[in-house]
Amino acid sequence: MIKNSVALNKLDSKLVMAHMYVAFISLFIGGLMGLLQTLVRSGTLVLPFGISYYQLLTVHGVILALVLTTFFIIGFQFALMSKTVGMSDKQRDSAWFGFWIMLFGTVTTAITILLGKANVLYTFYAPLKAYPTFYIGLALVVVGSWIGCFTNFRQLYVWKKKHPGEKSPLLAFMVVINMLLWFIATLGVAATVIIQLIPWSLGMVDTVNVLVSRTLFWYFGHPLVYFWLLPAYMAWYAIIPKIIGGKIFSDSLARLAFVLFLMFSIPVGFHHQLTEPGIDPVWKFIQVVLTFMVIIPSLLTAFSMFATFEVTGRSKGYTGLFGWLKGLPWKDVRFFAPMVGMITFIPAGTGGIINASNQMNQVVHNTIWVTGHFHLTVGTTVILTFFGISYWLIPSLTGRKLTKKINTLGMIQTIVWAFGMSIMSGSMHIAGLLGAPRRSSYSTYGGSEQATEWIGYQIAQAIGGSILFIGIILMVYIFFYMVFAAPKGQEEFPIAEVSEDAEPTPKFLENWKLWIGITVALILFAYTIPFLDIIHHSPPGSPGFDKIIR
Amino acid sequence: MNRLEELWLTVSVGILVIFMFIIGYQTFALGMGPPSHKETIDPQQVDQIEPFDEPGLKMLGDKQYEVVMILQAFAFTPSHIEIPIGSEVEFTMTSKDVTHGFQIPGTNINAMVMPGHIQKISHTFNEPGEYLVVCNEYCGIGHQAMSTTITVK
Ligand code: HEM
Ligand SMILES: [Cu+2]
Ligand SMILES: [Cu+2]
Repeated sequence: MIKNSVALNKLDSKLVMAHMYVAFISLFIGGLMGLLQTLVRSGTLVLPFGISYYQLLTVHGVILALVLTTFFIIGFQFALMSKTVGMSDKQRDSAWFGFWIMLFGTVTTAITILLGKANVLYTFYAPLKAYPTFYIGLALVVVGSWIGCFTNFRQLYVWKKKHPGEKSPLLAFMVVINMLLWFIATLGVAATVIIQLIPWSLGMVDTVNVLVSRTLFWYFGHPLVYFWLLPAYMAWYAIIPKIIGGKIFSDSLARLAFVLFLMFSIPVGFHHQLTEPGIDPVWKFIQVVLTFMVIIPSLLTAFSMFATFEVTGRSKGYTGLFGWLKGLPWKDVRFFAPMVGMITFIPAGTGGIINASNQMNQVVHNTIWVTGHFHLTVGTTVILTFFGISYWLIPSLTGRKLTKKINTLGMIQTIVWAFGMSIMSGSMHIAGLLGAPRRSSYSTYGGSEQATEWIGYQIAQAIGGSILFIGIILMVYIFFYMVFAAPKGQEEFPIAEVSEDAEPTPKFLENWKLWIGITVALILFAYTIPFLDIIHHSPPGSPGFDKIIR
Repeated sequence: MNRLEELWLTVSVGILVIFMFIIGYQTFALGMGPPSHKETIDPQQVDQIEPFDEPGLKMLGDKQYEVVMILQAFAFTPSHIEIPIGSEVEFTMTSKDVTHGFQIPGTNINAMVMPGHIQKISHTFNEPGEYLVVCNEYCGIGHQAMSTTITVK
């Protein structure tokens, strides 16, 4: 089995930490934008120097949804791979190469946004047209991440060669699934950016096919959210059991859940395009059905987690229907933060089912409800789990200790975050149900009575947003404290073992050809006919619009 | 798998299946599916092409109307429409520039209006009053100012 006492070697630590610096600096910048957004939207703040609200929103979306997440995830996954299957010098070099390309792309895109030439939001829907370097930078981020993918694939491949007949370590298996998902999904966004948008923004072609571009974007956009979620699930399945002093409930169930995510998170992008013209309603419905399939692995996960908690609590001697809850280490931030994230996933997931429900989508589509929804999913469930990971990952990489004081501060951070988010996301949900649109600067809509009703909720969002910003400052402080100031020592890199009671893992779970085959088949099934139909019935293309965004 | 787990999965998947049948029934048997009109148009010639060469409110029959509407940054044409109470109105829309949204808060009217595509959505206005119409898809720097009203009396 895996040795748990030593953290990573120095060189691998440096690689992972490079990703973490980018992630936490992004958190700070993005959080500041978020705060300003809530202030503008509530009518309390007018931006100086002619800065547009949409410039802030573009920064916020790009830097939090694309940069923070991707860097944290790829860094964390390198740590897991290095720990479980090891990393050769050559693999480390290629990982660094990917990192620098992603960073160069990020800086290129960031400069373009800061110059005000790309107020197109992080979804950059054509025919809104940004300056070419915005798209080129994003393409580089994707290409850099592909280098990360192939490095991870190679790592597992080499390990397998050295360990014939053995099943791969659970975490390495999970990382490879997530990177496969990412690779297959980003092919869509890369296609629209490289084939359609870059030539068009450079003026090499005059027009762009809007619906094709949106469809390729959303082919990527939904698996994107699972690319964020799966690293959190890795921590839930394979790390938290160790932290609470338990074992992994079932290795095969964990692998099965990840395989189902790979298969069902991609052929479902139409559920983001339900109210769009030009897409056949039957195919929209088919993808809605496939969307519901992706709920199943989350249900499996919920079951596994609570089974682990209960078994662990009872093994510590706590009895009764809910008595085992007392057996959990509520005062250990490495457990508490992800646990709050997990609990948040119950309302968050329910909201997601509503969003995906075909006609019910019309009630909430493009209202601020949706923004409320993903601040619970990615902005709480995922982010709090990432924070929970950081409390042990960062000190174990920098050779320091998670002190009692930081543990307490982390608990406070978690509570502040959960409290601020309940207010902000809660009022976003309500305002959305009343019809308030998302992605909109402050507006009274000509003094309309309905819009007046929304303002109160906008003010509540600003209050929640201010509390959240305190949470951001706390977390960024904790990060830098753990990097530079915490006392030297050795922090555990917790990886759980599988319970003795679990059934052995069947071999077919590692049949990569089978899983990739089914994934591709499902994508072809869900997309071939409607996509050909879209291309077949394409209208003349659209010229670009860049003046209306300045 | 463990027995409790089988029970948990069977019950929850069962609920999901029932849920999907309800959605499917409402969509296809009751015609409540989301707006998915499939006609296209040249986005650069909208003003010259029927029916968008004459945008406005058109009476089709007793309490039946069509609104032919053009969306462009940052306005709805026609704007500030008035319709009699109890009318069934079909909105026929397209965009002259970027993608916009057409939403009437307080109703289920919510549709994307994209350049090159004609979108249709219907609603019967049974309650009198002034309805706010907003664009709910980011369309540029003046997006938050893109709104109009429909008066039902
Ligand atoms: C201080 C904490 C935060 C605050 C105050 C905040 C606030 C906001 C507000 C007010 C909006 C949208 C406004 C609009 O639609 O007009 C927004 C959008 C968004 N936020 Fe946050 N947020 C915070 C943290 C986060 C985090 C941690 C993430 C993800 C990791 C995140 C991801 C997003 C995304 C993806 C959007 C959508 C952008 C778009 O529609 O283009 N936010 N946020
Ligand atoms: Cu989705
Ligand atoms: Cu708009």
